[in-house]
Amino acid sequence: MARLIRTEKEVEGRYTEQWVVVDEDALEQWPAGPRETVGRPAPRRDGALRARGEARYTADIRLPGMLHAAVLRSPFARARVRELDTRMAERAPGVRAVLGPGVDPLTDEPSYQGAPVAAVAADTYEQARAALALLEVEWEELEPLLDPEEAVRRNELVEEPNRHERGDVERGLAEADVVVEAEYRTQTVVHNSMETHQSVCEWEGGDHLTVYISTQFLWGVRRRVAEHFGLPQDRVRVVCEFMGGGFGSKNGPGDYTYIGAELARRAGRPVKCMLTRREENLDAGNRNATIQRLRVGARSDGTLTALDGEFVNSTGWDGWLASTGGPMRMLYACENVRTVEYGAKLNTPPMAAFRAPGFVEGTFGLECLMDELAAKLDLDPLELRRRNHTEHDAMDERPFSSKQLLECYRRAEPHWERRDEVRASSDGTWKRGVGLASQVWYGGGGPPSYAWVRVGADARVTVVTAMQDIGTGSATAMAQIAAEELGLPLERVEVSLGDTARGPYATISAGSSTIPSMGPAVRSAAADAARQILEIAAQRYGRDESTLSLKDGRIVSTEGGSWPLDEVTGLLESGQILGKGSRGPNPAGMRVLTFGVQVAEVAVDVETGEIRVEKIAAVHDVGRVINPLGASSQVEGGIIQGLGHTLSEERLVDPATGTILTQTLDAYKLPTIADVPVIVTDLVDEPDAHLTNLGSKGLGEPPIVPTSAAIANAIRDATGADVRSLPISREEMLRALREARERRRDEVGAPTA
Amino acid sequence: MGSRTLLVNGGTYEVDAPVGRSLAQWLREDIGLTGTKIACNEGHCGACTVQVDGVPILSCITLVHRVDGEVATIEGLRDHPLVDAFVRADALQCGFCTPGQIVSAAALVAANPSPSAEEIRHSMAGNLCRCGAYPKIEEAISTWQG
Repeated sequence: MARLIRTEKEVEGRYTEQWVVVDEDALEQWPAGPRETVGRPAPRRDGALRARGEARYTADIRLPGMLHAAVLRSPFARARVRELDTRMAERAPGVRAVLGPGVDPLTDEPSYQGAPVAAVAADTYEQARAALALLEVEWEELEPLLDPEEAVRRNELVEEPNRHERGDVERGLAEADVVVEAEYRTQTVVHNSMETHQSVCEWEGGDHLTVYISTQFLWGVRRRVAEHFGLPQDRVRVVCEFMGGGFGSKNGPGDYTYIGAELARRAGRPVKCMLTRREENLDAGNRNATIQRLRVGARSDGTLTALDGEFVNSTGWDGWLASTGGPMRMLYACENVRTVEYGAKLNTPPMAAFRAPGFVEGTFGLECLMDELAAKLDLDPLELRRRNHTEHDAMDERPFSSKQLLECYRRAEPHWERRDEVRASSDGTWKRGVGLASQVWYGGGGPPSYAWVRVGADARVTVVTAMQDIGTGSATAMAQIAAEELGLPLERVEVSLGDTARGPYATISAGSSTIPSMGPAVRSAAADAARQILEIAAQRYGRDESTLSLKDGRIVSTEGGSWPLDEVTGLLESGQILGKGSRGPNPAGMRVLTFGVQVAEVAVDVETGEIRVEKIAAVHDVGRVINPLGASSQVEGGIIQGLGHTLSEERLVDPATGTILTQTLDAYKLPTIADVPVIVTDLVDEPDAHLTNLGSKGLGEPPIVPTSAAIANAIRDATGADVRSLPISREEMLRALREARERRRDEVGAPTA
Repeated sequence: MGSRTLLVNGGTYEVDAPVGRSLAQWLREDIGLTGTKIACNEGHCGACTVQVDGVPILSCITLVHRVDGEVATIEGLRDHPLVDAFVRADALQCGFCTPGQIVSAAALVAANPSPSAEEIRHSMAGNLCRCGAYPKIEEAISTWQG
């Protein structure tokens, strides 16, 4: 029966209350551990299509009569368009439509470099680009605001500051035996998905719009495009069967889709609007830079008495206040905590969600601070974390639906205990060390999400849902879940996804939510199909339905006898059995979070500042693991992005003009295969007993969260230097080494009691 | 320009393209071989890698009119055991860089069927993968012979 419930919905750490309709979610969870299919490694189902170059990405869509768009973007961080003459461009060869400021989202007051000002659609992309050069623009360059601290002083903020206070921080600091205070900084990094942001828009009959788009959220694009053009949502169809990476930057339609759709409407032909790599580095979102001023107080036994943090995010011209203070509020038991977060509104490109937004940055600060505290207290950093472990949500006393962080610590011990051996392997100017950092993040998913399961006469199964597989392997996990529930081998199950006209509503693939949101819906749809099959079988074979079950492709009776599944479904000829399922609510009154710890081994050349990360061991609690092979790939991918964030990646802004200096992949340094350390993945794989019919939490984001801090802490272990700024360039490494040398000299010169 | 032909994956194609057309664009738009991907379009990422006479080149910064030799794209390498090896090892996530990875790897193993980890890392460092499938790409190339 459909039930109307009021539930808390969380995406990327942002909570809203909403009504959802769910069907009963009455299935018992499977016992822990590998099942027939679930919990066993499975190569991804669409791997061959992608590897053979047959998968059709948005970049490969070519519709008859398709035009190509090019967008005039502001070359200035802040400017006013005094005059824009489009007449020459309109007469240029191949040009079919031209848009200028006044057509949303094109603007005559661009407030960051790369903001869209005008656009052209032409028969070829080259013609569109040539026509852009014929747009006559009179710019008035204006003074940009680039300094986040200045923006906070002037109250130029993207939203109200986020303040949290519990207990009494000043008292906590007064009661502390030791107080450590430090300022940490993280840089702006860019997603740089291999497939740039793009869409192809095609109108039919003037009031139906199809959008092919590289997206993480088909249904979000559908809703927002419908709102933008004043269309009923059912007249907007959104398609994305294969998608070339997003990492949080492709959660919405983007300006390019509104521009492309408007050009298509005016030209009466389909339009592709695709960002170049340089545009991708300007106007496709980023993980914003942060400044974090942190204080921690603790008793000599390590018990935390106070945590205090002021966080300034360089949010850019638009975006939202990512929760940089989240880890400080949530990771440890501490009665006295105060955080204030500011989102500085600057004349720089807007941020976008990027794989655990806020928590990656905030965990770097907090977990480095904890190790600086451990050093001061002369306590083992792992022991310090254990002593401050919290058994319930530190913010509001809610119990966790599950928490295996202590088990993660236990499993991390063999890696952690290598410290003496690793340090002893230091060689000449190369110093080695080991560091660790803990992780907390969301990842529980939630309703609504729906799936259908279709069983044909040949007893083959198709899972139908309009979700997207953005490269995480979630489609394969859905096939495994359906196969498990129906007692079928995996190869008998297909997954149909990626088209809002073909399947029911599905979750956004962000916030580590696809498996915890969609998985339970798919299982419940498969169970519905199984019930129908058994009802039919009971009639066909004259058995009581309660004695029947599905196993190994057969219908099995506890009273003896078994029949191939296709003997029953074969009765249907061209008929089909249709199972329907939905995602139930999250457990009321509980906090659903993911946890983990990473241990890094590094080598630092103290003469040159060169850093090599040699090994990272990752132990995470994400509930039940559906596909251990795909899960290890997610962990490795997260860590490697974290490695880039720690050592090499940085979007640079010219401080004089606000223009972006790193627009190409030779200037913006992504990790290569040659940079990758040994990565050891260990997932606790204990189902969350309170969460859905699966007990699975999300895994996309947790692995990137602790990587930078674990590396920085290993650097401290190796060299005694406190690195406090990302990326840890050679310059930053040498600065920290110099500072550590001076500190030692001072300590020797003026010994304290 | 007179009629000019190119051999691609064993088939003959007429090159009827304006001056300045890149090989990647010609492959994708003029002869419909969209397996080759364009991710940066300026020779920095390796997604567009194809082989000319067995040598990996960046097709996005190669003019089609300058190509002198037989071109092999992912479409011509679909039956290469590396494809299975990549799928088996889960050496791809979003898959957008994967055709380029496999084309590069195919050239590597043709010259050196059992490359060491160091040799793989050296040869493959020009093929970026933002999803970070690198550990499994290394595994796939080390185990491609089954």
